[in-house]
Amino acid sequence: MAGKTLYDKLWDDHLVKQRDDGSALIYIDRHLLHEVTSPQAFEGLRLAGRKPWRIDANLAVPDHNVPTTDRARGVEGIVDPVSRIQVETLDKNCDEFGILEFKIKDQRQGIVHVIGPEQGATLPGMTIVCGDSHTSTHGAFGTLAHGIGTSEVEHVLATQCLVQQKMKNMLVQVNGTLAPGITGKDVVLAIIGTIGTAGGTGFAIEFGGEAIRALSMEARMTICNMAIEAGARVGMVAVDDSTIDYVRNRPFSPTGEAWDRAVEHWRTLHSDVDAEFDKVVELNADDIKPQVTWGTSPEMVTGVDGQVPDPAQEPDPIKREGIVRALMYMGLKPNMAITDIQLDRVFIGSCTNSRIEDLREAAAVVKGRKVSPSLKQAMVVPGSGLVKVQAEKEGLDKIFIEAGLEWRDPGCSMCLAMNADKLGQGEHCASTSNRNFEGRQGFGGRTHLVSPAMAAAAAIAGHFTDVRELIH
Amino acid sequence: MRVFKQHQGIVAPMDRSNVDTDMIIPKQFLKSIKRTGFGPNLFDELRYLDEGKPDQDSSKRPLNPDFILNQKRYQNASILLARRNFGCGSSREHAPWALEDFGFRVIIAPSFADIFYNNCFKNGLLPIVLEENSVDKLFAENAAKDGYQLTVDLEAKTVVTPSGESFGFTVDDFRRHCLLNGLDDIGVTLEDAELIKSYENSRRVTAPWLFH
Repeated sequence: MAGKTLYDKLWDDHLVKQRDDGSALIYIDRHLLHEVTSPQAFEGLRLAGRKPWRIDANLAVPDHNVPTTDRARGVEGIVDPVSRIQVETLDKNCDEFGILEFKIKDQRQGIVHVIGPEQGATLPGMTIVCGDSHTSTHGAFGTLAHGIGTSEVEHVLATQCLVQQKMKNMLVQVNGTLAPGITGKDVVLAIIGTIGTAGGTGFAIEFGGEAIRALSMEARMTICNMAIEAGARVGMVAVDDSTIDYVRNRPFSPTGEAWDRAVEHWRTLHSDVDAEFDKVVELNADDIKPQVTWGTSPEMVTGVDGQVPDPAQEPDPIKREGIVRALMYMGLKPNMAITDIQLDRVFIGSCTNSRIEDLREAAAVVKGRKVSPSLKQAMVVPGSGLVKVQAEKEGLDKIFIEAGLEWRDPGCSMCLAMNADKLGQGEHCASTSNRNFEGRQGFGGRTHLVSPAMAAAAAIAGHFTDVRELIH
Repeated sequence: MRVFKQHQGIVAPMDRSNVDTDMIIPKQFLKSIKRTGFGPNLFDELRYLDEGKPDQDSSKRPLNPDFILNQKRYQNASILLARRNFGCGSSREHAPWALEDFGFRVIIAPSFADIFYNNCFKNGLLPIVLEENSVDKLFAENAAKDGYQLTVDLEAKTVVTPSGESFGFTVDDFRRHCLLNGLDDIGVTLEDAELIKSYENSRRVTAPWLFH
């Protein structure tokens, strides 16, 4: 009999009941909540007269609607009354049910997928869900983590379980060594460019291979974060020393004997050598260049030295039509060089790229340089209050401000523009976020997904440029 | 949840692949703390010429005459015919809420994004996967005939065209059972409360660091 994959192990560990109809009850160890997808779930609980099953499995934070300026005023500082009601509703619900919440003025507040790992609320071997598709981020710790809808948020609150069908196993193996200046973001964009936005549909993806093993935990989080952009709800990386070192001494991490027992278990969280995957995709790390998206789907991506594609060269009629539509929306012409795309704004932030290493990479590029006067705005939004404090300790804020970038308070911000930070119609943005969908960053806005280093380089040049020419 | 057994209705064609949930319901409408009222903002950026705002009377907004749901023949559509990877992107359940609120009961596509697909079943909306060539055929037949209707039978797991041609589809037994009977799946899960407690108690012993 073949060995188990990491996904198989996590599934088996959390199986409460296998039903005859093929569905299964899976136990959820950690439930993260934010203000956008939870109000209707709490309301549903109340209407049905139900109580949360296990209070201490939940952790909540407002992140999507919070402003990134004027935070001293707390909830009162949210100008949009509809946004404010949503944040207040989360506060009320958490207070009513006794759920731990990092409120807007708490230094621990931040993007839900940044604060989980930062607090040690994300631990290897857990099942983790949240009403947010980028919950796949937490898979970097050898967890089974995925996004759920609001009905399932209510289901987890009420039962601590989810009804699931087991997914198939996919291994994405990145062999070789990444060149200097190539980041986790470039790796995951290259993977999405290879397998497509639906390539992972129905699969749990494990990212493995030499290049992944060599990456830091934060880079692994960036990769797992975007598994959903390849269609896979779940992305994961096996536990190794990097994982355990990262988790050690976090506020929610176990200590003493419990720590030793936990580590012993965590060391088993990898696919067995003889495990069989339903699909294996291999990439060569040496071939990966800094990536830039040119279209309205994350699979519409190429290297910075590439060109916008010519739809006439695309044989598949549905894809061809997609390219035509994307180029029209993006205001780009076939065959133009990626480096000729002029930018209006630069956004460094989001659950994909707002951690301390991301900020360090961006700061290293802009240090001693100035943002191009052709830009309307370049902003840096740290992923949490604690990331912000750390960056300021290291003087990164001063580097950004001196270069002409804005230094903001933590939240989801311009990744999806639910707060005041958004693109104007027709504006091009170099963004470290995860989705370049039409209107995502603002009505008529045009998003290009890149790494923090590439966004920083673009801020200096005013257009895309190969960051490897700016770093030594 | 509303029971779904059989449905016959007008078919609206959404002829583009990778329709994402930002497109189905843009983020400004996610600020609502209710489950209802999203229908007027379904496909907002495609449907209207201006930028939509929450709590606005959409009946007074300028319509995009080219958009499919603004064409008279599709205004009472309840079946959406779509392309590959429908519903990709965010996990927002506001997407199926908006489709359902508009009046859709069925979506037919060659493939769906996983989270969206799952969210549909929680809201009495049936997503049906058919082969790409079958979907192509339905697009062609629908375009050729005003008032074209399909009949969907969840018990028989078939989609039947006006000429009587039948396309079979597969659907997971548990989800089908819940839809056919309008079941609240939290209630179904709580029937196993003792099992969940006993699992939890054993985990408290084997993995105590998960509980504190």
